[in-house]
Amino acid sequence: MFNLKESILIYDSSFDGFLTCVFQVYELKMKQVIIQKDSEVQASLFGRRNEVITDQAKADRVWKGLGKKTSSSGRLRIYYGFLSEKKEVENLLLRYIQYVLNSSIPVDSDFSNPEVLELSKIAKSVGREKHRMEAFVRFRLTKDSLYFATIEPDFDVLPLISKHFKSRYADQKWVIYDLKRNYGLYYDMEKVEIINLTLPEDFDATNTSSDYFSIEEMEFQTLWKDYFDSTNIPSRKNIKLHVRHVPKRYWKYLSEKG
Amino acid sequence: MSFERTQEKLKILADAAKYDVSCSSSGSKRSNANKGIGDATGMGICHSYTEDGRCVSLLKILLTNHCIFDCAYCVTRKSNDIKRAAFQVQEVVDLTINFYRRNYIEGLFLSSGIFKSADYTMERLVAVAKKLRTEEKFNGYIHLKSIPGASDELMKEAGLYADRLSVNIEIPTKEGLKLLAPEKNREDFIKPMIKVKNEIIQYKSEKKLIKSTPLYAPGGQSTQMIIGASGESDQQIMWTSNYFYKKFDLKRVYYSGYIPISYDSRLPQIGTEVPMLRENRLYQTDWLMRFYGFEVHEILNEAHQNLDLDVDPKLGWALRNLECFPVDVNTADQEMLARIPGVGMKSVYKIIQARRFRRLNWEHLQRIGIAMNRAKYFLVCASQDFERRDLTGPQLKTLILQNSTSKYLKTLSPQMNLFT
Repeated sequence: MFNLKESILIYDSSFDGFLTCVFQVYELKMKQVIIQKDSEVQASLFGRRNEVITDQAKADRVWKGLGKKTSSSGRLRIYYGFLSEKKEVENLLLRYIQYVLNSSIPVDSDFSNPEVLELSKIAKSVGREKHRMEAFVRFRLTKDSLYFATIEPDFDVLPLISKHFKSRYADQKWVIYDLKRNYGLYYDMEKVEIINLTLPEDFDATNTSSDYFSIEEMEFQTLWKDYFDSTNIPSRKNIKLHVRHVPKRYWKYLSEKG
Repeated sequence: MSFERTQEKLKILADAAKYDVSCSSSGSKRSNANKGIGDATGMGICHSYTEDGRCVSLLKILLTNHCIFDCAYCVTRKSNDIKRAAFQVQEVVDLTINFYRRNYIEGLFLSSGIFKSADYTMERLVAVAKKLRTEEKFNGYIHLKSIPGASDELMKEAGLYADRLSVNIEIPTKEGLKLLAPEKNREDFIKPMIKVKNEIIQYKSEKKLIKSTPLYAPGGQSTQMIIGASGESDQQIMWTSNYFYKKFDLKRVYYSGYIPISYDSRLPQIGTEVPMLRENRLYQTDWLMRFYGFEVHEILNEAHQNLDLDVDPKLGWALRNLECFPVDVNTADQEMLARIPGVGMKSVYKIIQARRFRRLNWEHLQRIGIAMNRAKYFLVCASQDFERRDLTGPQLKTLILQNSTSKYLKTLSPQMNLFT
């Protein structure tokens, strides 16, 4: 399936890096391009490989250019699609961007175009994951008065949920940590920062150990679990619906399901 | 806060509150402007789901389950032999704040049995909301019950702290209310509703002139009806619902299938199945009225007093009005698109957007996500392929039912259980 004329652009996995690749595609009038993350490079005999160095100014120009051609939701869809981390999503994004830029009218609601429809579906599932995290994050109060939560979302949604938690928990310090991607957000009551933690080797994220967490923490978890059990109406039991709303892979960090 | 005592009260008072189905936490405009805790500007969030599939978004509790009334359908009725408990104002405040800080909930839904008098009870509900707003700087969602018969002054104050207020009319007909809750009269339910409606209108118009006018119940009002406790027809339920939507600008009417909790001979006996399918059909009708442009009398009228259980109400309407079909999806207006069975409002918007670019065919429609098994008999598109037979309503219904499986199959055909 590889083609001699194909060019492969390799970038540093950042969104700006991806946009820089798009810039290069247009600058060099490249045809038949494949964009790959540096972490996912496949050894290929054919095709020319180019490493693209992320350039903020070029990325901004692409982003601004897109802003003129699409609605804000049509543009945001690109970022959401990127955060899906789906395999080869870059190539779908490129085709979408090309369709948008080549058209004389806004096309982001052209749901009969396969790229538009597919990307809007991916963006929708990322949006759903964002919303799920806004719902399923469970903070636990640590001994040093920090509200701490661990998550393992299907997609890289931390950048999308930052604002929500910042405006909601403006008066408490909190950390939301993505164990899958090994980075997190830390809010110090003024600003949100990106952090990397070195967790103790024996650290079990599902266990509320009194080594790390405040004494009242366990009490509130118990009250919450009691509350959750009391609100159930057994004669209306509908496990299928329950699991559709709260898929099992999320149960790990939901104390009420413990 | 003593942990054990709070734990016991929470169990009792959450259990007693669970029959109130309202769970909405959206529609408010309260932002975190004071660097306090909470924000209720966005869409509602369901933080968890019970095993019966209902969402948990608010801490839903009664302040107390002591009650001076004896309504037959209610689990906290005076004559019921159950454990009674009462929260102190501070306990509810502490629970709400601590649950909220852990991202368990969107806010508080506080209801109560009526002890001493309507005003005495309402005063305490308002006290909780006031404390949360003023002392804790809480900007999360607060839903308070309006206690039937509460004074205008208290209702006015309640709206200043609450995002939503609700009074449950519970029984759809006057006759039913007389039978099951003889001590209550309908005027007591309606009085606080009118007061809140008028205040909302007044605050909104003042807000236009003076920006600093405080919020007043920005999430509006809602109510709830119990389904299947007093022998009412679907027409009576939905016409009542329509009346309340129109007359009191309600945001939501909830329908709650009656869950047998008493051996009272006036009510369905314990063990009777909860009418969940019927409840579902009523919600579908409610949606058709609020979002799809249907008038209630088109779906339910003297000739057609109850909804079909085997097909959804939109399909039912279409089968009775075949002369309106087929609809051409490439030219029809939004109102007619919304009436095609199997096409939801999201698909309607997608169709309207997509057809600006090209004429749509079956493949496009399928990818947009309409329910083909129902829709295909009622529309034409850019294709020579469409339903050409002149089928009657009953024939079409049989055809559609043969080619689909309902999740309610078990409810629809109980005899099938014999063979499984």
